[in-house]
Amino acid sequence: MVAIVGNPNAGKTTLFNSLTGSHQKVGNYPGVTVEKVAGTLRLPSGVVECIDVPGLYSVSAVSEDERVALEVIQGHCPGLRMPDLFVCVVDATNLERNLYLFSQLAETQTPMVVALTMVDRLTGKNRQIDIAKLSNLLGVEVVPIVGHKERGLSLLREAVARNLEKRKPPVALLARDDVLEAQVSFLRERLARIGADFGRAEVREALVAPTDEFRSFLEEFPEVREAFESAQGVIAGFPTGAPSQEVATRYQWATMVERASVRELSSGRKSRSLTDRIDGFLTHRVFGLIVFVGLMYLVFQSIYTFAQPLMDGMDTGFKWLQGAVGPHLAGIPALQSLVVDGLIAGVGGVMSFLPQILILFFFISVLEGTGYLARAAFLMDRLLGWCGLNGRAFIPLLSSFACAVPGIMSARVMPDSKSRLATILVSPLMSCSARLPVYLLLIGAFIQPRYGAFWAGFSLFAMHLLGLLVAIPIVWFFNRRVLRGSRLPFMLELPPYQWPRWRDVWLAMYFRGKVFVNTAGTIIVAMSIVIWGLSYFPRLSPQQRQQAAAEYVQAHRDANPSVIQKHVAEQQLASSVLGRFGKAIEPAFRPAGFDWRITTSILAAFPARETVVPSLGIIFSLGGDVDQGNGNLRSALNDAAWPDGSPLFTPWTAVGMMVFFALCMQCMATLATVKRETNGWKWPIFMFTYMTALAYLAAILVHQLGLWLG
Amino acid sequence: MATTTRTSFESLRKGTTARVSSITGNSSETVRLQEMGLTEGTVFRVIKVAPFGDPIEIELRGYRLCLRKKETSNFEVEILD
Repeated sequence: MVAIVGNPNAGKTTLFNSLTGSHQKVGNYPGVTVEKVAGTLRLPSGVVECIDVPGLYSVSAVSEDERVALEVIQGHCPGLRMPDLFVCVVDATNLERNLYLFSQLAETQTPMVVALTMVDRLTGKNRQIDIAKLSNLLGVEVVPIVGHKERGLSLLREAVARNLEKRKPPVALLARDDVLEAQVSFLRERLARIGADFGRAEVREALVAPTDEFRSFLEEFPEVREAFESAQGVIAGFPTGAPSQEVATRYQWATMVERASVRELSSGRKSRSLTDRIDGFLTHRVFGLIVFVGLMYLVFQSIYTFAQPLMDGMDTGFKWLQGAVGPHLAGIPALQSLVVDGLIAGVGGVMSFLPQILILFFFISVLEGTGYLARAAFLMDRLLGWCGLNGRAFIPLLSSFACAVPGIMSARVMPDSKSRLATILVSPLMSCSARLPVYLLLIGAFIQPRYGAFWAGFSLFAMHLLGLLVAIPIVWFFNRRVLRGSRLPFMLELPPYQWPRWRDVWLAMYFRGKVFVNTAGTIIVAMSIVIWGLSYFPRLSPQQRQQAAAEYVQAHRDANPSVIQKHVAEQQLASSVLGRFGKAIEPAFRPAGFDWRITTSILAAFPARETVVPSLGIIFSLGGDVDQGNGNLRSALNDAAWPDGSPLFTPWTAVGMMVFFALCMQCMATLATVKRETNGWKWPIFMFTYMTALAYLAAILVHQLGLWLG
Repeated sequence: MATTTRTSFESLRKGTTARVSSITGNSSETVRLQEMGLTEGTVFRVIKVAPFGDPIEIELRGYRLCLRKKETSNFEVEILD
């Protein structure tokens, strides 16, 4: 197996894409939220497995992503073999820092080939690199990759094949202090006595900067711990042991290599680069912010508006399919309903997210490819940083106002998994477009007629602001209490501007779409069918249906068959498992002023909140074919009463219900996406629990406040 | 005798050239910034300051890095011009 290792932004992923093309498998590392990208590499000598290791600055792993990367490199990652060779990606324009990682990798004893990227950019900097000299100093083959042209790639393939054959480990580069090395040997020997097989580099690393894991390992073996402490004591007497000393020594070596292999062509006047001139505008304190707001508006509008025709088209397509398939199954009503209302509606629900996902990832890949995304993070970091997020959280949060599903998927623009998780956990609090019908219905029925257009508009705005305001203290709390782990400093590089590589853009859209449909899609369809079953069974018997119809005719003196049919449908839903459950939890929602009809429609909306308006339609005897602008539904809500005759909805109840919908986790697609992105059920369950509890308490608070204020 | 002003990152302005004069502590944040090349004695120049005052972009060892001023409290710098 070949592992592609290198600094973030060194061109690692682009190189990986060029080498493996679309022969990629995107998955997750076991038990963590870090994405694993593997592929196959065609070599002159045959095909080998190839893995894109998450970007690393150093092998002293602090964040979860780095720890995973380190495990892959050391062959400790479950399910992966020890790599046979590293392709170390080195950015030619940033040699010193990239060689820092190289110097650490060279000590792992794994054969290595250096892929030198961005060589073409050196000319712009009036510099020239001596490849032969660099290769000589590093002790490994160095292959320059220019603009990912086929020539460099095939040379790299040949070099990889050659070195896989030779299996020659690189030479450790630093003249190490003999004292340290002696202690490493001593400790290795003690470890071997208890049957633990550690490499030299690992033991050295553990001696210089022991990880918590290593310390807890030592706790189990007192005799090794003793040896470890004595070795540390010996090293402490020599300055080489201190991390800052080690870092400084490696950089001295890197500076030496850089000076020996890179030549300044002319010391003539340095003209301000194009990137600097663009940045003068795009990171300007006035114009930069204006452009930023404009671009983000464009992205938001695209997901919010441009995706709509595509989603409507799909909706029409699936409606047509339902109409076309339905009659063929008319003989078996339960199967017909399962296929039409459960299966086709579920698949249609999954597909309706695709346009938004593809459009968002188109923009993200273009913004990332040009280098603008890093500037956006630079501009926004101060605004988001103080509560524990960082500048990169802007894209997921903004996207979530359209839809949390692409928003959560886009959280991968954040390299640090702790910030990524914090952002994912609050993204669904942003008011997505699926909440809009509920707001419009309730504001249209209870706010606008009584308080006028101004307060109607204000309520709509306030509902969109609510999630954002609630998210701030929550993320602050999560960062302190829920998400643990060492912190990394905020670090960001602003790469030179360039045209996006369209191949990378299409690949990103293709893989995001595919991953969503394959993993989240399956869960969504399964859950749609479960909820369908709960609202469909048990069926009323023909006698019960006739009785319900007769009662209605008697009470209302109305024999219109379609009205009767709707009333029977309401009775059917009321007696289904879902309806019974809705009635059972009514007492818990009394303090919020909700009756069983509201609780049942809330329950029915848990797979997807956009279904609440049709559910309210059924439950208020209007049939499922209603929308938020429907006057009948508005008047039905206004007429609805408690058994004692008092109105069900006061304006406060309406606000309480909107607040409930604003904060509640009623979206199976979001939960399925979080499960996919965080690689487990822990975080989706946590998200579901905290949001639902929050919504419940907030609805009660609003209603009680209303009672108190009168 | 030449006097150098020892100060913190907070006082750096756009265009300032400075040198890291001393680093205290071994926290993971501090070690990581050193691993990024900000070791003792490193000379760097402030390229940009973000519109809201933080982060800043500095040029060091031939490359550029953005960092938060408030995360560099363990770094003491001296201003060179």
